[in-house]
Amino acid sequence: MEQERFDAIVVGAGPSGNAAAYTMAKAGLKVLQLERGEYPGSKNVQGAILYADALEKIIPDFREDAPLERHVIEQRVWMMDDASHTGMHYRSDSFNEEKPNRYTIIRSQFDRWFSSKVREAGATLLCETTVTELLKDTKGRVIGVRTDRSGDTLLADVVVLAEGVNGLIGQRAGLRKELKPDHVALAVKEMHFLPQDVVESRFNLKGDEGVVIEAMGTITQGMTGTAFLYTNRESISVGIGCLVGDFAEKRVKPYVLLDAFKNHPSIRPLLEGSEIREYVAHLIPEGGYHAIPKLTGDGWLVAGDAGHFVNAVHREGSNLAMTSGRLAGETIVWLKRRHEDCTAANLAEYDRRLGESFVMKDMKKYRGIPGLLHRNRHFLDVYPRMISRAAQIWFRVDGTDKRSKEGQILGDLRKTRGIRGLVGDAFKLARAWR
Amino acid sequence: MTGPRIEEKLFQNRYLVDAGRPHIKVRAHVTPSAALASLVDACPAGCYAETDKGTIEIVADGCMECGTCRVLTQHTGEVEWDYPRGGFGVLFKFG
Repeated sequence: MEQERFDAIVVGAGPSGNAAAYTMAKAGLKVLQLERGEYPGSKNVQGAILYADALEKIIPDFREDAPLERHVIEQRVWMMDDASHTGMHYRSDSFNEEKPNRYTIIRSQFDRWFSSKVREAGATLLCETTVTELLKDTKGRVIGVRTDRSGDTLLADVVVLAEGVNGLIGQRAGLRKELKPDHVALAVKEMHFLPQDVVESRFNLKGDEGVVIEAMGTITQGMTGTAFLYTNRESISVGIGCLVGDFAEKRVKPYVLLDAFKNHPSIRPLLEGSEIREYVAHLIPEGGYHAIPKLTGDGWLVAGDAGHFVNAVHREGSNLAMTSGRLAGETIVWLKRRHEDCTAANLAEYDRRLGESFVMKDMKKYRGIPGLLHRNRHFLDVYPRMISRAAQIWFRVDGTDKRSKEGQILGDLRKTRGIRGLVGDAFKLARAWR
Repeated sequence: MTGPRIEEKLFQNRYLVDAGRPHIKVRAHVTPSAALASLVDACPAGCYAETDKGTIEIVADGCMECGTCRVLTQHTGEVEWDYPRGGFGVLFKFG
């Protein structure tokens, strides 16, 4: 295969790599995609939620044959203390629409489907192939990659680095810095299987309807993080993630944390009687806007998790990955049609297109949140406890008059954070959110 | 204390171990840094353990290739981390 030249090489067959490869192959470019796993998806982990809008812009009729689990009709957000949860639930029949907005998926199945579309579009996929380094010419321009297949060199006009959160290739080539322990979360997850009718009755669902729960509070034991529970057709994905730096500092074992969450009195009944068939772990880039590395250079660009595109506040990532991958592909196609080279100056068009999309707008909007949560760990600990105590006082009928109960709740607020603390926290949050 | 056993969790997973070619190695050391020592707890696959001599060793067979140990010890250089050769390592059934 030596010296065969491609229009583009895509490193990785996850959502961003598949989006980029599909977009370019569909436009007639000669695309080679490299994946280190046995099959696309075999190294990939996600909760997982699929956002229809991002995929529709790539494959409009994906619903016809994509492996989808359930469409989401109900979102629960839980603030938890050791014995309780205070929840915000939004359930709407309007999510039962002809083209639903969000789906739960199982990544290894979904990624294989997406990859089959990429190959149908004309791209060449090489699995079980780990890229070991980027090849550069004497001027430092990226001209291809070397793989672990007997030192093969593969050449292309441009390399799309969709290599995921552990972007070793880009880091070793000096294109970006190492991840900081406070910029990346470690998430662990289990797949719990239950009969389909049990999932449906337990969550009050019919047909393909689904529920997702995002949870925060004492379940992360003072660390910055969240937990989740998603309903699939006949399984439940349950997981928890916290910043890597917090795990190291607190010396908490991730699987012990996960088991404590599963044993929480609000979660345990939802998983009762299930059969666990897999335990997985993965990193999530959560440093936000300020952690986004350089995205383009001579002969290369970055998409997906390698570009740190995760909106931690809204738990979105795969849609940012697909959109950045699509925009990377479209930029390269656009340059090809104009017979222009993939130089750093020309690929800056990708930065411009990203900047105009929701990807960079959302990253920018929440640029203050990761730092805020890191400096103010009480947001995810003190407040869930406080809300829980307030609800307990408010809903327990014990002969205490209501004015005294209000006094107790206000007294608790004052004692825990103080008026100054409360106002300060509200101000900090508002400033980071705006 | 009886906590969950990591072996039982990993038993459900599928791996293709590249025998004799571990993709993660701990460099020879006398005293581990705090970062290296923390991996005994932070590694989600429980791959790291403390020896009788107080050093840290790794058995990477159950590794899920998350990169936590790499991120935590990058500044000390105590851990050599590579992806396994193509096709080897963890094979997620569901992911």
